[in-house]
Amino acid sequence: MTTKKSDFLFRLYLVIFLAYLLLPLIVMGGAAFNDSRFPSVFPWAGFTLNWFVELWNDARLINSFKNTILVALAVVLLSVPIGAAAAILINSIGGATRSILYGLMVAPILTPGAVIGISTLLFWNKLAVPLGLHLAVLGQVSYIAAFVMLLVLARLQSFDRSLEEAALDLGASHSMVLRRILLPHLYPALGAGAVIAFFQSIENFNITLFTRGPYDTLTVYVFSKVRSGITPTINALAVILIAVTLTGALVVELRRRRVQAKSA
Amino acid sequence: MNDLVHRYGTALTLLMCLAVAFWLVILVIVPNLYLFENSFRPYLPVQDMGGPKDVYTLKNYLTFFNSPIHITVFISTVLYSSIVTVICFVLAYPLAYYLSKKVSVKSLPAIFLLLTVPLWVSEIMRSFAWFIILSLRGPLNYLLINIEVIDKPIRWMTGFRSVIIGLVYTYVLFMLFPIYNAIQSLDTAQIEAADDLGAPWWRIHWRVILPHAKPGIASGSVMVFMLSAGSILVPTLLASTNSRWFTEIIQQWMFESLDWNTGAAYAFLLLILCTVFVTLVMRIFRVKLSDIAK
Repeated sequence: MTTKKSDFLFRLYLVIFLAYLLLPLIVMGGAAFNDSRFPSVFPWAGFTLNWFVELWNDARLINSFKNTILVALAVVLLSVPIGAAAAILINSIGGATRSILYGLMVAPILTPGAVIGISTLLFWNKLAVPLGLHLAVLGQVSYIAAFVMLLVLARLQSFDRSLEEAALDLGASHSMVLRRILLPHLYPALGAGAVIAFFQSIENFNITLFTRGPYDTLTVYVFSKVRSGITPTINALAVILIAVTLTGALVVELRRRRVQAKSA
Repeated sequence: MNDLVHRYGTALTLLMCLAVAFWLVILVIVPNLYLFENSFRPYLPVQDMGGPKDVYTLKNYLTFFNSPIHITVFISTVLYSSIVTVICFVLAYPLAYYLSKKVSVKSLPAIFLLLTVPLWVSEIMRSFAWFIILSLRGPLNYLLINIEVIDKPIRWMTGFRSVIIGLVYTYVLFMLFPIYNAIQSLDTAQIEAADDLGAPWWRIHWRVILPHAKPGIASGSVMVFMLSAGSILVPTLLASTNSRWFTEIIQQWMFESLDWNTGAAYAFLLLILCTVFVTLVMRIFRVKLSDIAK
């Protein structure tokens, strides 16, 4: 079925698609080094690092960066245990209860961020809890925990439950069964869940916008900068973020390959 | 449940149930019920809250249904989100098929690493990239003028086209990966059998591959539609004055009019829209919720 011609066309399409995904990012990165007040790569007005210097001197930015990391860590700390508990719980029940619980758990993924943001804001406002980053954390956890739940649930499918039976028969305590048998099996899923939770939280804009109160996170700050007047400092920030996350992704990928090579 | 107690003991089981209850009740169910309840209350100054004027009313929803502008914005949001979903499918399907059935297993990790790069870059940066590219004095116009395709810069950011461009770019991967996963689980022998029996390529896709990819297509469509209709960043950055998005009106109620009750009503309309879309997709594709959320 594969003729040479169709294979060539597919290949060409893949290259075009990758170019489509990556070129905009390269244009944006390039603009960070262009000595022009409006961020662009054509016309090239000369190489400069000024935009990075300006970025470094921006106190609000540094502050919003700190806030972002704090929120992301809090989200990881809450959503990983909640998601894992939810997966273990749902894995042990069946029937209609299971479908209802499952539906409730995945619903937040399918809910627009603005709706989650506004409902969180209204509810906690009623309880006289002031707006702020803590509400952003709670709003984000409500859907990020669902991602963790799905990852852990998938991992639980390959878990051999008779191991737990054996441990119990041999006199292990309940907490020991959890700590020594179940959790070690779940570690890869928990790790992946934590990474996804961290990045989802950093990326989040919609929920944070409605719940943050007077505090800035990185995305909200960039948004306000884009609206108030565009300078290439935003591009400089993008370059740094891309560099950091790409290095992270590469390290993870290389480690994965080394582990794979070892086990092969 | 008894099984859990047997394995992990009463204390641990209780702890797990509490964590899940906190999540589902305090973070998901009650806030949404509260949103619903609030959308039926009038917007009042603080001293009137709980007073005789604080009664249930349909006023907030009537504001929407009596405003032709808001209805138009709602309809265009639905329409253009659907168009974005279709474009994403058309772009993603051939690639998903190629990656899952044609590419050698060796080169897959490298391709996937490249494909996921945009996902590591936040949504705001991705829409900002297109803001730069499409701006009047931006690189696209400059390039097109220099290679003499056009002689005057084109105003790209007018109407909904820049919003569509931005949304497709931002969300196309949410269509690609589910379809890839679905096609990958198809036994290649089935494709070969159809081919051996003389089916033309388009019939193989129509009768063998597409039906198998249904859960992936459903999942991708739901995600892309929901994210597009609920997007705040892309429309704010890339839309012009003649193309407004429903989320922008919600923002206006929340931040400019400070009328949280009408804002809640509008947010609830958005939630209904997405729920209807999910239900429709599940009906049309005959898939379950557990097929969609993967």
